[in-house]
Amino acid sequence: MSEQAVTFTRKDYQTDQEVRWCPGCGDYSILAAVQLLFAEQGIQPENTVFVSGIGCAARFPYYMETYGIHSIHGRAPAVATGVKLARPELDVWVIGGDGDMLSIGGNHLIHALRRNVGLKIVMFNNQIYGLTKGQYSPTSEQGKITKSSPFGSIDQPFNPVSLALGAEATFIARAHDMDRKLMMDVLRRAHEHEGAAFVEIYQNCNVFNDGAFEGLTAKDVRADMLIDLKHGEPIRFGAEGEKGVALNEFGECVIVDVAEVGVDRLLVHDEHRYDPTLAFAISRLAEHPGMPTPVGVFRDVARPVYEVQSQQQLALASERDGAGDLAKLIASGSTWTVN
Amino acid sequence: MTPDSTSLKPEPLKQVVIRFAGDSGDGMQLTGDRFTDVSAAFGNDLQTLPNYPAEIRAPAGTVNGVSSFQVQISDHDILTPGDLPTVLVAMNPAALKANIGELAPGGTLLVNADAFEERNLEKAGYQASPLEDGSLSAFRVIQVPMTSMTLEATRELGVKPRDAERSKNFFALGLLSWLYTRPVEPTIAWIEKQFAKRELVLGANLAAFKAGYNFGDTAELWEHPYEIAPASLAPGTYRQITGNLATAYGFVAAGYLSKLPVTYASYPITPASDVLHELSKHKNFGVRTLQCEDEISAAGVAIGAAFAGHLAVTGTSGPGVDLKSEAMGLAVMVELPMVVLDVQRGGPSTGLPTKTEQADLMLAMYGRHGEAPMPIVAAATPSDCFDAAIEASRIALKYRTPVLLLTDGYLANGAEPWLLPDVESLPEISVEFQTEPNHGDDYWPYLRDPETLARPWALPGTPGLMHRVGGIEKQDGTGNVNYDPVNHETMMHLRQAKVAGIAADIAPVEVDDPDGAELLVLGWGSTWGVAQQAVRQARAAGHKVAHAHLRHLNPFPANLGEVLARYPKVLVPEMNLGQLSRLVRAEYLVDAKSLTKVQGLPFRASEIENAILEMI
Ligand code: SF4
Repeated sequence: MSEQAVTFTRKDYQTDQEVRWCPGCGDYSILAAVQLLFAEQGIQPENTVFVSGIGCAARFPYYMETYGIHSIHGRAPAVATGVKLARPELDVWVIGGDGDMLSIGGNHLIHALRRNVGLKIVMFNNQIYGLTKGQYSPTSEQGKITKSSPFGSIDQPFNPVSLALGAEATFIARAHDMDRKLMMDVLRRAHEHEGAAFVEIYQNCNVFNDGAFEGLTAKDVRADMLIDLKHGEPIRFGAEGEKGVALNEFGECVIVDVAEVGVDRLLVHDEHRYDPTLAFAISRLAEHPGMPTPVGVFRDVARPVYEVQSQQQLALASERDGAGDLAKLIASGSTWTVN
Repeated sequence: MTPDSTSLKPEPLKQVVIRFAGDSGDGMQLTGDRFTDVSAAFGNDLQTLPNYPAEIRAPAGTVNGVSSFQVQISDHDILTPGDLPTVLVAMNPAALKANIGELAPGGTLLVNADAFEERNLEKAGYQASPLEDGSLSAFRVIQVPMTSMTLEATRELGVKPRDAERSKNFFALGLLSWLYTRPVEPTIAWIEKQFAKRELVLGANLAAFKAGYNFGDTAELWEHPYEIAPASLAPGTYRQITGNLATAYGFVAAGYLSKLPVTYASYPITPASDVLHELSKHKNFGVRTLQCEDEISAAGVAIGAAFAGHLAVTGTSGPGVDLKSEAMGLAVMVELPMVVLDVQRGGPSTGLPTKTEQADLMLAMYGRHGEAPMPIVAAATPSDCFDAAIEASRIALKYRTPVLLLTDGYLANGAEPWLLPDVESLPEISVEFQTEPNHGDDYWPYLRDPETLARPWALPGTPGLMHRVGGIEKQDGTGNVNYDPVNHETMMHLRQAKVAGIAADIAPVEVDDPDGAELLVLGWGSTWGVAQQAVRQARAAGHKVAHAHLRHLNPFPANLGEVLARYPKVLVPEMNLGQLSRLVRAEYLVDAKSLTKVQGLPFRASEIENAILEMI
C-alpha cells in the first residue's frame, strides 16, 4: 500500500445499484456499519471480495463497490475458500443469512471455520426465511407459527455462536443491528483477526419477523437483556452493573446478584482462552427464556491459518523439488526409448 | 537366473492376452502391473484392463471378491487389452469360476492347485472340483501347487507361514516371467526397492519370484517358453501411463501452458481419486489441491479460484457431477473458466463404482436446470487423457466457460505405452486479463469479444475494475442484474451461441475410410481402440468399413453433419443405452444404429465386428 494517506468515505464503497431491501429492514444498518468501517479503516476496495449465497442478506455484494460474487444457496463459504486459497492477499468477506449459512450451507460453514480459512463471515440472523416470504428457519424458536409451520415449529433451533464454538472457530462475535458502534467494533476486530472470523448479527426482518429481537435490543431493556462481553473484566450487566455471571458447580453459567455474591465470584471473560469450554458456557446463557444474551467477542484465539499453511507447503515443495519442470515430470518413472 | 539361462529355445509369439485372477487380497493388480511394466520396458506394445470389486475386502474366497488384471502384450501396434484371454491364471476356485467363461477355447489355464480344497470350492459354489470333473476339457490345464511351493521356497527365511503364503503372487509372476521370457532384473530391483523397509517380506517375495521362475525352467510343463519381440513403435521415449495419471499431468501441463496456477478441488470418489492424489504431489508447479467437505464445495472452490484468476478444476465421477450441477449452472452464468472432470463409472446411483460406463453423456449435455450449455471433451485412450485435459482447459480459458471433460473407469485405470510429447510442441494457451476500463471510464464485465463471445476476465486486486458477478440474469454488457424478458432471451441465445461457436475452433472429425465404405462406425470416448480394432478385423475379412471418432461432443465438429450424410449406414457403439446415437439422430436426422453394452466392462472388438457384419 502507498504511504500517501488516502481518505475514504462511505460513498467510496457504494455502488450505482439501487438498494432493494424492504424499507425499514435491518440490513440497511448493517450495510451502513460495514461501509463506515471500511472508510474508517481505509480498506482498499479493489483488494476486497464479498461473496454471498442466496437470500435477502446475500444481495449485499451488489451494494459494495468492491469485487463480488453472488453465488448459490449455501455455498458462499466454499466459493470464498476458493478465492482466499488462490489469492491469500485479498480481503474476503462472506455475507449470508441464517437459512443460507445454517441450513442449506451448514456444512460449508463449519468446515470453513474448522479449517480456519481467513474469511470474515458475517451471518445476518433474522430467525426467518425472508426472500421466500416467511418460513421458519434453523434459528426460529420452537413453536413459531409461520406459513410452513401453522401448528408451530417443532424444530430445535441452532444457537449460532455455540455451533461456531463447536466447529472451533478462532474468532466468534455477536452484535445486533440496533447498535452501530457494537457492529463496527466486532467487525473491526473480525477484520483484524487472522483466520476465520464468524460474526452473528441479530437483524430485524420487519416484514416477516418484526420485533424478533425487540425484547433484547429495545433501548429500555438492553441494559438488562444484553451482556456486553469485555475481555479481562468480570461479566456483569444491568443499568448499574448489579447483575453478573458466575459458574456453578457443573461449570455452567448462572446469573447472580453482584451485591450478594461479591465481584470476586464473577466469571472474568477471557477471549483468548484457547479451550472453548467457557466460551461455550457463556453462549448457552441465552438458551433460557427471559435470560440475557451476551454480545461482543466470545473467542479470539490464534491457530495456523489455512491459506498460509497452503502457501507454506507450496514454498516448501519448490524449495525441496525446485521449480516444476514439465518435461521431467512426464518422463518420471521408468521410460524406454525406441530408435 | 537370467532369461538366456534356459536351455530351451523360446518360440516367438505375435501377442498374448493374459488374465491374472485371484482373491482381492491375493495381489493380482500388483502382479499384473509388474508384468505390464516389465513388458513395456521390454518394448512390447500393450493395453491393460484392471477389474476389481468395489469392496476393499470382499469376503475372501467368494466370487464377489475376485479381482483380475488383463493385459495384452504384442510385437506390433495394438489398440485393446484383447477380447478373450488366451492365458488365465486362477489363484483360487472363485477366480476360476468368475473368469473361465471368458478364456478363449484352447486357452491355457494355470491354477494354484493348493487352493482347490473343499472349503474354497464350497465358498466359490462348486459341488465338485472343476479340476477333476472334466468340465475344463476345452482348455490346457496346468496345475501348480503355488502355495506350497512358495512356503517351501521361503521356509529358511523365518517368515511365518501365514505371511509367506502372501508371496504366492510373486511365484505366479516368476512363472509367467519365465514362460514369456521377460527380463527378471527389473522385477528383482523393484522388489528390493519396494520392500526395502520390510526385510522379511522382501526376502519372501524375492524367494517366491525366483522359485516361480526356476520352476518354469525345470518342471517341463511346457515344451519351451515363448517370446514376444518388441513392437516397432514410432521412435521416441516412452513410458507406461494410466488415464488418471495422464489426466493429472494434463492439468499440470495446462497450467504451465497458460502460465496460470492450477487449483484442483475434489472430494474422494472412485475412480477419480487418483487424480487428486497425483496432483497433490505437484505443489512445486504451483498446483493447489483441496480435499473439500463435499462435491458441491469442490465446485464452489473451483468457481472462487477461477474468479481469482486460477485455472480451476474440480474432478469427480458421475454421482459427484449430479451434486455439482447447480454450481456448473452458476459457472455458465458468471462465464468463468472451469473444468469439471467426470471419470465415468457404472450408474445410476452408486451403481458399479469400480466399473466403467459412458452413460454420463446426456448428463454432461443437459444435466443442469435452465438452458446451461457446456462444451464437452472426451478422451479416447489412457494417454490421450493428457491431451484431452489440455484441450478442455484451453476451451474453458479461451471462452470463459465451464467445460466437462469425460473419461471413464476403463481409461482411468487402464494403461498403455505413451510416446512422450515434446513439451515445446504443446499448444500455447494464451490468457489475457482485463487491466483497463473497457467502456469509457467504466468496466463492463459482460462486454464480449465479438469473435469468441467470451467476456473479459478482470481479477480482484485490479484497481478501477471492481465488479460483481452472480447467478441472477444480467444485462449483456454491464452485467447488472436484469429481469427484462427480452434481455433474458438475448442472454440465453448469447450463451448458446458462444458454445456453438467453438465448433469453428476445433479440429474437424477425421474419417478413416480407405475403401469408400457405405457403413460408418461412429464412436466417442474410450471405445476408440476397440472400435478401430473391430474395423480393422472387418476390413481384414474383406469388408469396407469407415471409422470416425468424436473428441468433442459439444459442440460437434463443424463437418460432422456432412460426414454423416455421406454414409447410408451409421453404427454407434457406446457403453450406455444409446446416448450419442440419440444426439446425432436429433441433430442430423441420420438413421444411426445403436450398439450398446452396459456390463461395466468395455466392448470386445468381436462384439463390434459382429454388429458391423450384420449391418453390411
Ligand atoms: S424480507 Fe425481511 S430480511 Fe428481507 S429485505 Fe425484507 S425486511 Fe429485510
